[in-house]
Amino acid sequence: MFAYILNRVARAVLTLIIIVSLAFVILRMSGDPAIMILGPEAPPQAVEAFRKAWGLDQPIWVQYAKYFGAVIQGDLGNSMRDGRAALEVVWERVPLTLAITVPALLLNILIGLPAGVLAALFRNTAYDRLIMMVSVIGFTVPSFVMGLTLSLLLAVWLRLLPSGGSGTVAHAVLPVVTMGIIGAAVIARFTRSAMLEVLGQPYIRTASAKGVPWSQVITRHALANAAIPTMTIIGFMVGSLVAGAVVVESVFSWPGVGRLLVTAVANRDLAVVQVILLLIGFTMVAANLAVDLLYGWVDPRMRTKTATAGA
Amino acid sequence: MPLVSVRDLKRHYDIRLTGGLFGRRAKLKAVDGVSFDLKMGETLGLVGESGCGKSTTAKLVLGLIPATSGTVSFDGSAVTAAHDAQWRHMRRRMQMIYQDPLGALDRRLPVSAQIGEPIAVHEPHVPADEREARVGEIMTSVGLRADQAASYPHELSGGQRQRVVIARALALQPDFIVCDEPVSALDVSIQAQVLNLLEDLKERNGFTSLFISHDLKVVRQMSDRVAVMYLGMIVEEGPPEDVFHAPMHPYTQALVSAIPTPSRRGKRERIVLEGDPPNPVNKPSGCPFHPRCPSAMSECREFQPMLASHGSRKVACHLRPAPSAGLIAAE
Amino acid sequence: MSTETLPSEQADAGGSVFSSKNVLRVFFEKWPLAVLLALSWIALLVIIVAFAPFIAPYDYLAISLTDRLAPPLFLGGGWAHPLGTDELGRDVLSRLLMSVRISIVIAFLSTLIAATLGVSLGFIAAYFRGKVEQLVLMLIDAQAAMPFMIIALAVLAFFGNSLMLFTILMGFYGWERIARIARGLALSANEQGYATAVRDIGASPWRIYGRHILPNIASTLIVSMTLNFPEVILLESGLSFLGLGVQPPLSSLGNMVGYGRDYIQSAPWIMLAPSVVIVLTTLAISIVGDWLRDLFDPTLS
Ligand SMILES: Nc1ncnc2c1ncn2[C@@H]1O[C@H](COP(=O)(O)OP(=O)(O)OP(=O)(O)O)[C@@H](O)[C@H]1O
Ligand code: SF4
Ligand SMILES: [Mg+2]
Repeated sequence: MFAYILNRVARAVLTLIIIVSLAFVILRMSGDPAIMILGPEAPPQAVEAFRKAWGLDQPIWVQYAKYFGAVIQGDLGNSMRDGRAALEVVWERVPLTLAITVPALLLNILIGLPAGVLAALFRNTAYDRLIMMVSVIGFTVPSFVMGLTLSLLLAVWLRLLPSGGSGTVAHAVLPVVTMGIIGAAVIARFTRSAMLEVLGQPYIRTASAKGVPWSQVITRHALANAAIPTMTIIGFMVGSLVAGAVVVESVFSWPGVGRLLVTAVANRDLAVVQVILLLIGFTMVAANLAVDLLYGWVDPRMRTKTATAGA
Repeated sequence: MPLVSVRDLKRHYDIRLTGGLFGRRAKLKAVDGVSFDLKMGETLGLVGESGCGKSTTAKLVLGLIPATSGTVSFDGSAVTAAHDAQWRHMRRRMQMIYQDPLGALDRRLPVSAQIGEPIAVHEPHVPADEREARVGEIMTSVGLRADQAASYPHELSGGQRQRVVIARALALQPDFIVCDEPVSALDVSIQAQVLNLLEDLKERNGFTSLFISHDLKVVRQMSDRVAVMYLGMIVEEGPPEDVFHAPMHPYTQALVSAIPTPSRRGKRERIVLEGDPPNPVNKPSGCPFHPRCPSAMSECREFQPMLASHGSRKVACHLRPAPSAGLIAAE
Repeated sequence: MSTETLPSEQADAGGSVFSSKNVLRVFFEKWPLAVLLALSWIALLVIIVAFAPFIAPYDYLAISLTDRLAPPLFLGGGWAHPLGTDELGRDVLSRLLMSVRISIVIAFLSTLIAATLGVSLGFIAAYFRGKVEQLVLMLIDAQAAMPFMIIALAVLAFFGNSLMLFTILMGFYGWERIARIARGLALSANEQGYATAVRDIGASPWRIYGRHILPNIASTLIVSMTLNFPEVILLESGLSFLGLGVQPPLSSLGNMVGYGRDYIQSAPWIMLAPSVVIVLTTLAISIVGDWLRDLFDPTLS
């Protein structure tokens, strides 16, 4: 078990290093930062001074090492808009984004999992077909269309909720519901097929043939085994929630990281974009690590297999 | 100088046996020290039961898979398995006819395109209409109708498909052809037709060939010389008449006795082999045949007999020591 | 049941097997209604892509301040502007037709790029094996680990935006799935006799992969391309909605929704029309993709 954890953590760290390096490469590839920030008509002395100040006159590997050191210390440059530290600018938006993504993830799981399990258990019934039909939404309705439609219905026509902004719990309802419904549809579909696969396995049939009550077969065997593939999709959901937040925050003028990213991209505020990119990268790596560790905990077979394969 | 010369060819596979926590590692000796020469225009028949390493030998000789050790030379130059430009160029002179004609053909191309493919590959300067004309001639020579040119493999019968494979192998008139059980997937009635076709073609084009089969009668019809394989090694080699009428090796004797003779004159007792069928993973020490050999002696368990000449043929058995040398200990 | 009817059943039906009712049933089993509708919608889209400027009743950029915010037919508007007009008096129908054209063309080109990239890398991995294959697999994992929308936003921030860059960028969406499939299929084709036989003739890798393996695995690749297409439309419209995709004066479906959002109170039709088109299009292509998958290759999950 220890070897397994070590293996996973090492891989996570390696991925982080790759992400930071890629960010560096992209930053350098995108052109001369001095010209980009000062403009093409800047006087040469100014460009020179800028280069010195940012260490751009040093060899590339020195820049790379310095960049790495700066990332570790959390020193990621200043926002070009208001001159404040980019990390600070981003950091103060994080709680707002968490305030809608965490409830949305819970909603995904709370609706998606039971719907998928039930659809599998009542396979080919009207109930199954209804769930599968509704869940098509998750793949065909973009989140901005879903958000605007809900907003039109509940905010504009029925005037039950505010259509945008932040401050009260009511403001968070529409963003959370939008992301919640779409994610739930994806999870429901996936859970259903994972569950169907498990139900088709010989050991399930053996268990029920041995006279184990059906309800126990489901809870003891089927759910436990379907949980494993389903966990991977929930790890993947973190990624699509992050991407979804970018759009949904813009739809509802919710001042989180996603909206910040959109304005930063539009203004080409590279320092802020870079911080957000690294932040999301770290989140993804952490989510995948968490899923891997959970995996090892739930499924001991997995653990030994990977540990020996890695050794 | 022989056209093809094979020396001490070996091919071992690393395998994992199932069972146990990790699966035990083992060596599978598919081919384990095969040597022979092929003169220009000669046909060597290779017989042996399933799994004795015939196909592996065929692939090694053509350089389709790398050898663990040993050498193959073709017309004076070494045959390697590095699939580079030189290797590809050599294919022009050496071709293979496969056991399963349907599997060896592309389902999505008309057969004429596949027969013409060697020409397109090796003589790209030949214009398309000339290539088609040549394909037409080849098709006629293997007994395919001109109107079958546009057919797809699944639209042909098994025998016709094998004719397509033969036509493709012969398209550039190669010097050396390996036929790996070319008729064993076909109905008996069609087998004879295809064998006759191969004989005719050989008469006309005069290629050298290695002809593999587990059917002694087929090998006898097709070969100038035969070699009998057992567990990756040649145990007896010589002219077909001698080998099949007066087999010297106990394994060959058992094989020959198993041929159903139409005129049952009761001349031969059928020798039934005892013991487990041969397994190339746990190759017995000494003579590989000793666990099943009716004449096994004590030395057979320890010393591996070497292939020794006896007039026109060669035998690897302690019952037939080399005329001069006597016992030769194998390593 | 569908094509062979038992004699007793024939008797029960009291007539020919070829009664019109039966023929219809056979037809719909083969071509389910949903698939037929989806195919008709796609056909309509193809016509729009080809002939948008001729079908459109107005120039999509023509401003007419006297006709501002005219409601569509279903909200009591007139035939002059069946889908209404926007804040500047531009005809929504005309804009919609042009936007469909842009969105579909971008999604189509991007999917072609993704397929080319994916198939090439998948084949390279299958041909070279070893270190090269490991590298490709690592790239695939890396691409799959990060949400593509975020990568796209970062690239747009760093390199700026142009229609060409944007289309190429969208072309990086989904390549990793196609690469994974192409690699798997090529590996199993290599195990099959036909590829080995062609190699043994002396054919070059180009010939083996281009003329033999590719045509043999094309149907599966086409299915996965079809399933990639609607996802590219969603991505493109999402970015365009945010104002970071297709730039004015050009307009894609996402742009129209983004623009219409500001008039959601006074003129909801501006955003509703393109939204409906997006949903119907992704739905239709997904249905056809699933149908093709079941038809060609039941093993592709
Ligand atoms: N790629 C491989 N990996 C592991 N073992 C192999 C491989 N190829 C062949 N073998 C083994 O090598 C042995 C010889 O195989 P080969 O195909 O040469 O036999 P054969 O004489 O042609 O048999 P048959 O008459 O059935 O075609 C068999 O035991 C086979 O299982
Ligand atoms: S060497 Fe011994 S065991 Fe081998 S074939 Fe001859 S007699 Fe039999
Ligand atoms: Mg064989």
